[in-house]
Amino acid sequence: MSVWSGYLTLILEGALVTLKLTVMGSALALVMAFLAGLGRLSRFFAVRALATTYIEFFRGTSIFVQLFWVYFVLPFAGITLTPLQAGVLALGLNVGAYGAEVVRGAVKAVGRQQTEACVALNLSRYQRMRHVILPQALPLMLPTFCNNAIELLKGTAVVSLISLTDLTFQAQVVRAQTGNTLIPFTTILFLYFVMAWAISTAMRWLERRMTRGLDGVRT
Amino acid sequence: MEWDWDFVWQIMPTLLEGFKITILATILGALVAAVIGLALAIARRSPIAAVSRTVGFVSEFIRGTPLLVQLYFIFYVLPDIGIRLSPLVAGVIGIGVHYATYTAEVYRAGIENVPRGQWEAANATNLTTRQAWIHVILPQAIPPMIPALANYFIAMFKETPLLSAITVLELMNQAKSIANSNYRYIEPMTLVGVFFLAVSLLSVVGLRWLEERYARMDD
Repeated sequence: MSVWSGYLTLILEGALVTLKLTVMGSALALVMAFLAGLGRLSRFFAVRALATTYIEFFRGTSIFVQLFWVYFVLPFAGITLTPLQAGVLALGLNVGAYGAEVVRGAVKAVGRQQTEACVALNLSRYQRMRHVILPQALPLMLPTFCNNAIELLKGTAVVSLISLTDLTFQAQVVRAQTGNTLIPFTTILFLYFVMAWAISTAMRWLERRMTRGLDGVRT
Repeated sequence: MEWDWDFVWQIMPTLLEGFKITILATILGALVAAVIGLALAIARRSPIAAVSRTVGFVSEFIRGTPLLVQLYFIFYVLPDIGIRLSPLVAGVIGIGVHYATYTAEVYRAGIENVPRGQWEAANATNLTTRQAWIHVILPQAIPPMIPALANYFIAMFKETPLLSAITVLELMNQAKSIANSNYRYIEPMTLVGVFFLAVSLLSVVGLRWLEERYARMDD
């Protein structure tokens, strides 16, 4: 029994790393999603082109390839990252590219009349975005952001392959040391599922919070 | 470190060898996902609550946990209970079943889009449930969902590098072994990225065409 508790600690340490990666990766992804998503709607061609290139590049190749590229190729360019930094960077940039399309879609889904009304009221571009468009677009983005966050959580398993000691890596350690496969893998599958469930519950709560005050505006 | 074209040509045959396996895994995985996804979608609509609930929970679980861990589970746990699979077969089953839970949602949406009157008409003309599915519902439900299905197959293609973790010698694995034996990471890793980007961009063109061809069915 005491042997198993040692292994359990190992796995829980892994869960902490996975959690850290998910939170930091999501934060980066959120920033990138808004930068690139709003960038695609920019007036300036250069900004639009840059945002489009970023989105297409990161959606076109898989997270796995990007992670290996960040971890193994960037050092030759003089940028050496720890596995955790490489993981957060690759996950954040990858999911951010998917999120950017969500931001763009949601902003475009807000009716044209809203923009016209803002012009009529002489609001600046920033004021229009900040006070009129985004408050209505955000609730539209949340359900898809929730899916993206879960995708990111699932993506974190890949970082075990660049020797970051996350859940999956620790399960492999336990497997190598005990020869038991069923228990470690079932445990981590369960832990991942609990985390995914926690994300979707939190997002639903956030969605209720954000739509408060919008009743009657949207049907 | 400089980019070396000679090295690129030298490793190209090995990479193409891996690329063939990648394509093979994608096609087989897509077939598994298409078939099992349909089965899941139909089982989810089962009038027996126990069946539809169980299928619902299992899909939710598979969708909430990382593909990599599921692959490990199939590859390492199943042999303990006497089911020994080759890496490629394990990989195809893993990736196929994982994406089946996604395609099941596409099928579900497509099936729900078939008007109720069609079911009633099938009943009225005394078709059995099986006949109604095969001759009335599915032929109307499937064409409009083809673009959405293709979208998931492209996503699946991008996940195939994960198969390298269970020793399938696909593109990513070949690139890794080249990189490790020559200690040159830039060319193999970048080329893998280029391969994936090229196929993804091409498939976007293909997807547009599919959308043109099928998505307008309901007009």
